[in-house]
Amino acid sequence: MKHFTANVTVTLRSSILDVQGKTVEHALHSLHMPALSDVRIGKHIQLTVTAPDADTAREEVDDACKKLLTNPVMEDYSIYLTEVVAAEKA
Amino acid sequence: MNVGVVTFPGSNCDADARHAAALANADNGDVVHQLWHKDSVIPQGLDAIILPGGFSYGDYLRTGAIARFSPIMKEVIAFANNGGVVLGICNGFQILCESGLLPGALIRNENLKFVCKDVFLKVENTNTPFTNTVKKGSVLRMPVAHGDGRYTASEAEIILLEKNKQIVYRYVSQTGEKNAEANPNGSMHNIAGICNKDGNVMGLMPHPERASEALLGSADGFTVFTGLLAHFQRKQAQVVA
Repeated sequence: MKHFTANVTVTLRSSILDVQGKTVEHALHSLHMPALSDVRIGKHIQLTVTAPDADTAREEVDDACKKLLTNPVMEDYSIYLTEVVAAEKA
Repeated sequence: MNVGVVTFPGSNCDADARHAAALANADNGDVVHQLWHKDSVIPQGLDAIILPGGFSYGDYLRTGAIARFSPIMKEVIAFANNGGVVLGICNGFQILCESGLLPGALIRNENLKFVCKDVFLKVENTNTPFTNTVKKGSVLRMPVAHGDGRYTASEAEIILLEKNKQIVYRYVSQTGEKNAEANPNGSMHNIAGICNKDGNVMGLMPHPERASEALLGSADGFTVFTGLLAHFQRKQAQVVA
């Protein structure tokens, strides 16, 4: 079995007004950074997955996102998976 | 009426909800049960279940997201799908949305602040077990106390809610006008409470149990409990007849 670190990024769906993101965007503009826009604020969930391969690991995390970690009515998510090599783990 | 009120870890309006239900039951002596989140059975002959307000599981992850998987919720969902009457107040509304018994979701208030004040609600649908004792269009006064009460759903879902008369309460001004000032959290279409298509499951962000006695400043919320009582008495009369 292999170990993977999964980083899940959860943001409000693009159709939903992200009030925090908008407020931060206004603040950035008032700091004279007009090049920055479309600020979205979300949350970050990190977890370890034990699975035979990366595809299975991703499926496990995807299942967790659908069942509990996110609410598809209001949130989008993306999964970033990296394998934890043995030396790193020890 | 036999009512059960669920206590989740972090519920803080469960005692108030039991008190208001007991007040409605004052003349018939029926009991109000406390249901525990870990229970995997519910009492026989229960008429209604109330999911109370509070901060179940500390509102971790998302409001209602973890409570939705409590052992008792399996029973609540089966009870609702079987036509049982379920009322979700505030956090209870959030749990009902997370569990899929009601459509949509409740997200952070538009002004990002916890809002705690009295609001005015227009009763849009009186053909429910919860609102059958009030006149359509009545304006009721009840308090809200929440940080995540902005009702959100897809436009297609909102059209369905309007079409099926599933919007039960809307935030309005004291004189009954629907406008942005009267909306405490940025909810779409000023939605404060909705029911499912069959009308047996309702969720609302305001707290009827906190406005159930004149002593508390308003007894308008008591209409939800007297509505339930009238609904079950009528049902019982039909059975006898």
